[in-house]
Amino acid sequence: MAAHLKKRVYEEFTKVVQQQQEEIATKKLRLTKPSKSAALHIDLCKATSPADALQYLLQFARKPVEAESVEGVVRILLEHYYKENDPSVRLKIASLLGLLSKTTGFSPDCIMDDAINILQNEKSHQVLAQLLDTLLAIGTKLPENQAIQMRLVDVACQHLTDTSHGVRNKCLQLLGNLGSLEKSVTKDAEGLATRDVQKIIGDYFSDQDPRVRTAAIKAMLQLHERGLKLHQTIYNQACKLLSDDYEQVRSAAVQLIWVVSQLYPESIVPIPSSNEEIRLVDDAFGKICHMVSDGSWVVRVQAAKLLGSMEQVSSHFLEQTLDKKLMSDLRRKRTAHERAKELYSSGEFSSGRKWGDDAPKEEVDTGAVNLIESGACGAFVHGLEDEMYEVRIAAVEALCMLAQSSPSFAEKCLDFLVDMFNDEIEEVRLQSIHTMRKISNNITLREDQLDTVLAVLEDSSRDIREALHELLCCTNVSTKEGIHLALVELLKNLTKYPTDRDSIWKCLKFLGSRHPTLVLPLVPELLSTHPFFDTAEPDMDDPAYIAVLVLIFNAAKTCPTMPALFSDHTFRHYAYLRDSLSHLVPALRLPGRKLVSSAVSPSIISQEDPSQQFLQQSLERVYSLQHLDPQGAQELLEFTIRDLQRLGELQSELAGVADFSATYLRCQLLLIKALQEKLWNVAAPLYLKQSDLASAAAKQIMEETYKMEFMYSGVENKQVVIIHHMRLQAKALQLIVTARTTRGCGMFLSKMYFITDLPHLQDSFVDKLLDLMPRLMTSKPAEVVKILQTTLRQSAFLHLPLPEQIHKASATIIEPAGESDNPLRFTSGLVVALDVDATLEHVQDPQNTVKVQVLYPDGQAQMIHPKPADFRNPGPGRHRLITQVYLSHTAWTEPCQVEVRLLLSYNSSARIPKCPWMEGGEVSPQVETSIEGTIPFSKPVKVYIMPKPARR
Amino acid sequence: MPEIRVTPLGAGQDVGRSCILVSIAGKNVMLDCGMHMGFNDDRRFPDFSYITQNGRLTDFLDCVIISHFHLDHCGALPYFSEMVGYDGPIYMTHPTQAICPILLEDYRKIAVDKKGEANFFTSQMIKDCMKKVVAVHLHQTVQVDDELEIKAYYAGHVLGAAMFQIKVGSESVVYTGDYNMTPDRHLGAAWIDKCRPNLLITESTYATTIRDSKRCRERDFLKKVHETVEHGGKVLIPVFALGRAQELCILLETFWERMNLKVPIYFSTGLTEKANHYYKLFIPWTNQKIRKTFVQRNMFEFKHIKAFDRAFADNPGPMVVFATPGMLHAGQSLQIFRKWAGNEKNMVIMPGYCVQGTVGHKILSGQRKLEMEGRQVLEVKMQVEYMSFSAHADAKGIMQLVGQAEPENVLLVHGEAKKMEFLKQKIEQELRVSCYMPANGETVTLPTSLSIPVGISLGLLKREMAQGLLPEAKKPRLLHGTLIMKDSNFRLVSSEQALKELGLAEHQLRFTCRVHLHDTRKEQETALRVYSHLKSILKEHCVQHLPDGSVTVESILIQAAAPSEDPGTKVLLVSWTYQVRGGPRPTELSSDVTTPPCPTLPTSLPLP
Repeated sequence: MAAHLKKRVYEEFTKVVQQQQEEIATKKLRLTKPSKSAALHIDLCKATSPADALQYLLQFARKPVEAESVEGVVRILLEHYYKENDPSVRLKIASLLGLLSKTTGFSPDCIMDDAINILQNEKSHQVLAQLLDTLLAIGTKLPENQAIQMRLVDVACQHLTDTSHGVRNKCLQLLGNLGSLEKSVTKDAEGLATRDVQKIIGDYFSDQDPRVRTAAIKAMLQLHERGLKLHQTIYNQACKLLSDDYEQVRSAAVQLIWVVSQLYPESIVPIPSSNEEIRLVDDAFGKICHMVSDGSWVVRVQAAKLLGSMEQVSSHFLEQTLDKKLMSDLRRKRTAHERAKELYSSGEFSSGRKWGDDAPKEEVDTGAVNLIESGACGAFVHGLEDEMYEVRIAAVEALCMLAQSSPSFAEKCLDFLVDMFNDEIEEVRLQSIHTMRKISNNITLREDQLDTVLAVLEDSSRDIREALHELLCCTNVSTKEGIHLALVELLKNLTKYPTDRDSIWKCLKFLGSRHPTLVLPLVPELLSTHPFFDTAEPDMDDPAYIAVLVLIFNAAKTCPTMPALFSDHTFRHYAYLRDSLSHLVPALRLPGRKLVSSAVSPSIISQEDPSQQFLQQSLERVYSLQHLDPQGAQELLEFTIRDLQRLGELQSELAGVADFSATYLRCQLLLIKALQEKLWNVAAPLYLKQSDLASAAAKQIMEETYKMEFMYSGVENKQVVIIHHMRLQAKALQLIVTARTTRGCGMFLSKMYFITDLPHLQDSFVDKLLDLMPRLMTSKPAEVVKILQTTLRQSAFLHLPLPEQIHKASATIIEPAGESDNPLRFTSGLVVALDVDATLEHVQDPQNTVKVQVLYPDGQAQMIHPKPADFRNPGPGRHRLITQVYLSHTAWTEPCQVEVRLLLSYNSSARIPKCPWMEGGEVSPQVETSIEGTIPFSKPVKVYIMPKPARR
Repeated sequence: MPEIRVTPLGAGQDVGRSCILVSIAGKNVMLDCGMHMGFNDDRRFPDFSYITQNGRLTDFLDCVIISHFHLDHCGALPYFSEMVGYDGPIYMTHPTQAICPILLEDYRKIAVDKKGEANFFTSQMIKDCMKKVVAVHLHQTVQVDDELEIKAYYAGHVLGAAMFQIKVGSESVVYTGDYNMTPDRHLGAAWIDKCRPNLLITESTYATTIRDSKRCRERDFLKKVHETVEHGGKVLIPVFALGRAQELCILLETFWERMNLKVPIYFSTGLTEKANHYYKLFIPWTNQKIRKTFVQRNMFEFKHIKAFDRAFADNPGPMVVFATPGMLHAGQSLQIFRKWAGNEKNMVIMPGYCVQGTVGHKILSGQRKLEMEGRQVLEVKMQVEYMSFSAHADAKGIMQLVGQAEPENVLLVHGEAKKMEFLKQKIEQELRVSCYMPANGETVTLPTSLSIPVGISLGLLKREMAQGLLPEAKKPRLLHGTLIMKDSNFRLVSSEQALKELGLAEHQLRFTCRVHLHDTRKEQETALRVYSHLKSILKEHCVQHLPDGSVTVESILIQAAAPSEDPGTKVLLVSWTYQVRGGPRPTELSSDVTTPPCPTLPTSLPLP
């Protein structure tokens, strides 16, 4: 009886679902389809005044138009256009035409004739300009159609002589975007094609309106971007524009000069008023350098930026940019940089204590001094001390790029970069530190330079200090004094800002391993050992002492003589640190030890292969799963998972792969276990309790599959398919369980959307499901369940192909440390800010995915989206989150702990491309398929807080 | 011939008592009114009697412009306006207007109270003088009278320092005052647009110097101060109250902030406090950083810098003290110096130039034992450093500014003659601009080309613009119109409008010529043939056959007539009006009709 009843319920339920779906679909069709063109037509006919018509058009423009109805709409608009007297309405229609012709799936060549037609009769300049814009839209939509392009170019040329600058602007824009490329001009027969677009545009370089001049240069640049080779003659024209009165013209001209210089770097140009000739790129470089001291900062930024990408420039010119040729009272003077260098090389440390230290030396020949060189003299000196920080940043960036390509220049620009560490704007300081890091391969810091660099370690900004630590990681220091100085300053930094501990240790690790020979003579001093006396054993928990040890041990790795200098306790400390801070302390070959580690450590590289092999083998073993009995399969899976996990722990490079496959296997294991349950053989009412296990398994598999899909970087499409397949199986399982216990069934079919994007997989669940699809669609729910059940049990285990590189996203919360016993007290109802500092590894797009969760003791959970600016990117694959979380709660009687953790949010619809018209529109049909959720991916940290009741 | 006349009363080939007279298109302007530091007699003020022997100054001068508040640019102002007598307007920027009286008062106090001078201007005179001041904003064009206008540009020398453009009609002069082309910690760089004045009067203090990057100087300064306080020493920085003092304060303040230092910094009270107050107010006049951040925090609200008290000098531990005056010749800075000189840990940093004879100059030149008053000998053990922080443009900067403004002539003032000579030569060589450097009292006369503005109606302009096919931006172009001179203004209008305005009738000039054709047919037929022939060769022109048998080609009329005496010949009458352009030329036309080797002419048409 019960079974019968259930059957009836199912029948009704399914019916209802189908009807609803149908109804919705038909309604939608009726609502949207016929509206557009007809409604517009009616509206426009109704409009009594131009203002009315404009309103209607504006309303119309807010809604999207389907590709099929575009043509109809265009006809109506054109019809109205001919009748309309008011230019503003015509303008709007023209702009709408342009918008409509951009619709995907609509080919605008049919409206081009009309557009050109109305263009010929139009009188208003604004409407003309707008129509040209429309033509531009049409032209760009049809890039293959040569004839149309020619025709449009022709139209543009006709209107070039218009008196309005707007029209001329648009014409030039059209020419720039559609002007024929030289290759296609081979057919001379077409006559029009032979128009020299460059010549025409070039003529407008001397237009009387600055806006038109700018547009002409931009059009020329556009031609270049489209692959047309610009003539060299343009260079001279562009040079004249550099002294234009208007900044936008100058700014564009600088760009054009740069382009030409990249095209013809080696051609020779004469220097005016002399017989000499120089390479074009050098000449252009000189000219752009000159623009670094332009009156307008926009131009200065532009010029400084472009300087960076002129790598072909000869080194003679390049080095001039850093030389200002100082003089004082007509006598040559050395720069402070030169003096510092001299003092350094003469062995005396910079004293600067004498007045007249900088006294000018030899007399300068008055005739030879050139105050405004056309050359590059001092361009960067000016750029780096510019008033606007935008210019300074651009100059630093340019320095960086040039220094990367020229080691000798890198050496020279060092002094200037070091000077920038003292800029008044933090952004500039940071930028110059980063720049220095990038070029650090080419340079070795002198002691006095290092001194200046290290002085910045006291900066109160954490970003600056950390950037500096990164810089020190990869700098070359020339002397042992330098190393000592660096260590002393870093220790000072450590005492002043204890939170920098990790960063400083890491920095010292690299410093040590880079300069083993320089560290060697310092060891006795650093460890304060004495040849005769035993010294007191330092405190092992002192971060400063650990820092020193990190430096020494890393140096000792490549310097076998060093351990001989260690005292006994140093060895003990080594053993301790090797264990506790293994990422900082390398394995050492120590004398008199049992070299356990040394046997392993030197051969890490050769060992990689076996572990890779092991991974492969254990995964291959699993393929045989199919042929095993359920019991054996379970066991095999269990110990493979265990193996993989252990492997992941041992080999950090393989951790991602191992974890990934282990998770997958765990899912399979759960699935097998669930299917193993006895419940399938028992009648429905009896297994109510047991089914908990199956449904829990299904739920867990789902979770794991989401983790697999979103927590690993480097997952490719083929893996995603397999993961989806697994999830589908889990859903099927869930369905079966729920169908047998409760009454839900309808949902499953809607979840079948997976099937469409799953490829045909031999022998798989989906494969079978697809075979049975026709039956599933028609059969009754009970039957569906039955079919699913058998398919599920018969389906084969799918082999998961391993991706090349796979990394698990992970996060560690550095702060709050969760060790404090002092509760954070605040008045209830108000907020307290909690500083959160965390490192994220292998997280893609952390700005959008990473969230902070705060769990209160009462179970209340709060999700916080950090600002995009809170994420720093110190290295590839690494991110750093430094943010503030605001906590608040009602008053408590006791202090209690809240949990803070990081979540990775995902959105499964992110992989499905959106259609363009959908954006502003109603709810998209895909919504139900997109699943949003979060995965916790950091260890929770407990924070002790105490909201006090407010005092009245 | 119009001309601009410039006479420096001070600052001609000299530094100090800047005062320059400019006559431009009948207007007389006085630029700056400064005093000379080096003199205590009559020579300290400019010789105003030069301007006008007996008449009142107010009648002669149209306005006075003060570029900034330094005393060598404004020190003689109360004397000039109150004692000599001038009631006209005095223009200066707002910060200058605010700070100027403080400095004048201070100057007066020293001259009268300390030196006991009589016949000096009084406090009341300063106040009265300031009442005549009109304050201007940056880039604000101020109409002094109907013709004379002035405009201020940013100069970056001290707070409120400005360059002024003086313009009468189409003639203009730019006076730079003192300016700085490299920005510093509290001020931006001088800037001027391409105003192309007839004359640019520029200072040339550092005419023969190209300076090193300011960053090295700043870094050195900070490093020295930091090292000294770290070792427990005291740092004394003698400064003058305004200008550099604020820059150094900002520099130290931000450094302290960045490095999280706790060592106290003190600033001697008095004049400086008042001045700091004004610095806080005039944020728009400072540099980018201060302007951008002042919403969060006004950089002049020093967190680490506190007011100094005499007792603090004996406090133990490190400290930094800014004290006046800058050359260690008297006052607080000297007192502190005497207290600290004995300790080698301490340091004194001289941020500016010191005049010979002062303690500052002595220690800078390396003297270690100083004789103080009362035969005391002070042994200087403390470290002595010299740092040059100067806010004048160097030679490159001057050239840069000249390049920016693109003047026709340059005139150098405020500098030494020898150095000017060099710069003058350079300017003439490299910029190809004539350059002058008059001494005090010497007059430079510059002829200017007279330009007469003519108004043109927009319609005419547009019509004429449309005629030219190719854009030629700066080339002169021929234009047809009628020039009307009426009540001393000129207008260019189209001829139709001119006729209308003047009430004249239009006369048309018509030219006719006859062409004889040998044709026996009737007139109509001849006309028709001519018509069809012209139609075929003049495709781009409008050829019409009128019902009365005549043919028109645009405005040219052709009629065929048969002279009575000879029926075999026909006469073509070609008639055209006098016009400038457009349409085929009648001469071309007649030759078309008549030249023999015209292939399209019907062969039966006999030619004369």
